[in-house]
Amino acid sequence: MSVKARRFKKLWIGLGVMVLLAPMGLILPEFFKAGGAWGEWGIDEIKDIAGYIPEGLRKLSGIWSAPFPDYTFSGWDKGIRSYLSYIISGLLGVAVVVGSAYLIILILKRGRHE
Amino acid sequence: MHIPDGYLGPVTYGGLWAAMVSVWFYASRKIRTSLRIAEIPMIALSAAFSFVIMMFNIPVPGGTTGHATGAILIAILIGPWPAVIAVSIALVIQALMFGDGGITAIGANCFNMAFGGMVSGYGLYRLIAGKRREAQGSEEIQNSKFKIQNSFGARNITGAAIGAYAGINIAALLTALELGIQPLMHTGIDGRPLYSPFPLTVTVPVIMIGHAVFFGVLEAIVTVLVLVYLKKSHPELIRG
Repeated sequence: MSVKARRFKKLWIGLGVMVLLAPMGLILPEFFKAGGAWGEWGIDEIKDIAGYIPEGLRKLSGIWSAPFPDYTFSGWDKGIRSYLSYIISGLLGVAVVVGSAYLIILILKRGRHE
Repeated sequence: MHIPDGYLGPVTYGGLWAAMVSVWFYASRKIRTSLRIAEIPMIALSAAFSFVIMMFNIPVPGGTTGHATGAILIAILIGPWPAVIAVSIALVIQALMFGDGGITAIGANCFNMAFGGMVSGYGLYRLIAGKRREAQGSEEIQNSKFKIQNSFGARNITGAAIGAYAGINIAALLTALELGIQPLMHTGIDGRPLYSPFPLTVTVPVIMIGHAVFFGVLEAIVTVLVLVYLKKSHPELIRG
């Protein structure tokens, strides 16, 4: 492994450790009984908060169904399983983000040599 | 700060999609002409860092949560235009795979977090840190570890902290303004708002207090900690 690759290895490991610690982002809000971010409510929550569901909001809110909403797998949304699916979502997300970054920049740089 | 689908009406999300497409186009041209292949791992790492740091939801008084974005840190590390692309990639994947932010709102969320807040925060950093020293020629690059360690000093760290704090607050303000103008722009025949129903007098104070008091400080702390660590162990990775 080149010196350069080794240099990055440490940082990738650091990122991996961050992913393993990511469930803190679930545990802390649960501990303090905090909800989500302000203004990021689902359709049921907005009914409680605003008193009604705005028509346009109701129509648009279902336009996309993400495969892993809120970084959890369906049925894995409580307790230890939610932390596990949060970590796996983190790893999956990192893999796709890194792959996309390489792909996009290599396409942009295609045909250009330094 | 990730606006879901349905909160913004078509004028706002369409306009911000269009604005962001032009920003991506400009950033792509910058990357195509001036980025070195050797810088790609750092861009991928930055995009992944941004993705992961946003998973750390921090609860604050009032029953809500928020998170740091790492955006200004990334702009300092890899330059503002590659950073636009890196943070945008993280935000797009969050929306598509994890429903964190809407797909109609991808333009808005990228405009706020991966452009408006980030580029202005980076501008403030640049203003405080002074002109960037460009490493030129192979000899200079070989000695650059030593040079960066010397040139990346207190002014850079101060600028990074202030830029990070300001940047995330500007991103939050943009978000609050976009949400808050919805009731003015779109109402149904019954006079009730069609999209986000809260007026500016609610969105601006609620969102800004959280960021001015908590998440701005968090963003500054994350930015400074990572920069101090990298300055010690990987100074050559800081573009400055």
